[in-house]
Amino acid sequence: MLTVDIEKTFGDFRLKAPFTSEAGATALFGPSGAGKTSIINMIAGLLEPDRGRITLGDATLGDTLGDAVLFDTESRVNIPPWRRRIGYVFQEGRLFPHLSVAHNLDYGRWVSGLADDPREFNHVVEMLDIGHLLERRPGKLSGGERQRVAVGRALLMRPRLLLLDEPLASLDAARKRDIMPYLERLRDEARVPIIYVSHNAAEVRRIAKRVVRIEDGEVTATGGVDLLDETQADMLA
Amino acid sequence: MFELSPQDWTAIQLSLRIAVVSTLVALPFGVAIATLLARASFWGKSALDALIHLPLVLPPVVTGYLLLISFGRKAPFGAFLADHFGIVFSFRWTGAALACGVMAFPLMVRAIRLSIEAIDQRLEYAAATLGANRLWTFATVTLPLALPGIIAGMVLAFARALGEFGATITFVSNIPGETQTISAAIYTLTQVPGGDADALKLVVVAIAISFAALLASEWFARRAIARLHGS
Repeated sequence: MLTVDIEKTFGDFRLKAPFTSEAGATALFGPSGAGKTSIINMIAGLLEPDRGRITLGDATLGDTLGDAVLFDTESRVNIPPWRRRIGYVFQEGRLFPHLSVAHNLDYGRWVSGLADDPREFNHVVEMLDIGHLLERRPGKLSGGERQRVAVGRALLMRPRLLLLDEPLASLDAARKRDIMPYLERLRDEARVPIIYVSHNAAEVRRIAKRVVRIEDGEVTATGGVDLLDETQADMLA
Repeated sequence: MFELSPQDWTAIQLSLRIAVVSTLVALPFGVAIATLLARASFWGKSALDALIHLPLVLPPVVTGYLLLISFGRKAPFGAFLADHFGIVFSFRWTGAALACGVMAFPLMVRAIRLSIEAIDQRLEYAAATLGANRLWTFATVTLPLALPGIIAGMVLAFARALGEFGATITFVSNIPGETQTISAAIYTLTQVPGGDADALKLVVVAIAISFAALLASEWFARRAIARLHGS
């Protein structure tokens, strides 16, 4: 289980996010600029909260690395991002332009010093249908291909948690439809808990079963996907 | 006839050796300082930046003089390096390489720094989430992406070292076979009546070497950029 209780102030903007997430996919849902990306940056360790505590992992996730405090101002714990083992799929993919797709996919395993695992590699490549892209450079990929490779790269470092930050936002409607099934497979097959950040209710409905609604730097509601209808109603009212 | 005398050959060889050695030795320092200036923020950063750029704006003679009083055989740094590492600079080709390295350093740092600053830092964050600590990130992401700038910096430094005259002659004098580079040899020849014909040969050689260096750097940079963009 992921437990987050963090605070951070940027100028006038105050972010205060207490929430938890369990196995499966949890969506951080809310309008742009609500602070969703900042929250997952803090979970990943790329941004330091002013105050709070982030813990990850217990038996319900089958996590063998044990109880892990990733960040805690009280006990002054701040695990650096490279030791958190949290996969992150960025909005723009952020593939390494100087490495082939195959080397991008293998990067996390390689720098973490994990043993080569061709079965896992092939499984992920097949799941995301990127086998024909392995020799290419990221510069020669379409937006949808790039995001699939980014998902594969994050998965192959064997993360304990996968963060997806608006992975479809940079794609057109047709591409979004193409990728959605891969993300659903990912959720069902990969057995990694997922935090899915989006402002798009339709996407969230397909991926997540739990929703944490973020508005203006605060958690305004948590619950099931029925929250999305409510939110839409609020917006219309 | 375009025939070079043994002294000319010695000067050419020496020039190339000094330029290559000074560039290669300066490179790790150049990369380190450029990274520091591009990515770190610390107290005294602008002072360090200014200090590194000094050789670019100071008269070369002044730089040479400063080297003389700090790296001469009896000067503080010079004596320390000679006693502990057996490295002697004064009136040796190594001193010429040091002078060239110092003179070329700002150009090298500048080129590398610009290329590091141009790298999308978000790629480095991505590497961190994938398990790469700072050193790994630097070696596998920052450095390869900065390669075109590093090559440019090396060529600039090499060219500067080849053309260095003032600081070198002030620091280690103009000794044929030891510290007399192409530039110094040309200068010597022009001071002798009727020597300008011989000087012209070395001038042609200097132009040829500089030209070749520029072409080579262009080729390397093109290849490095092509590699980045995947062909």
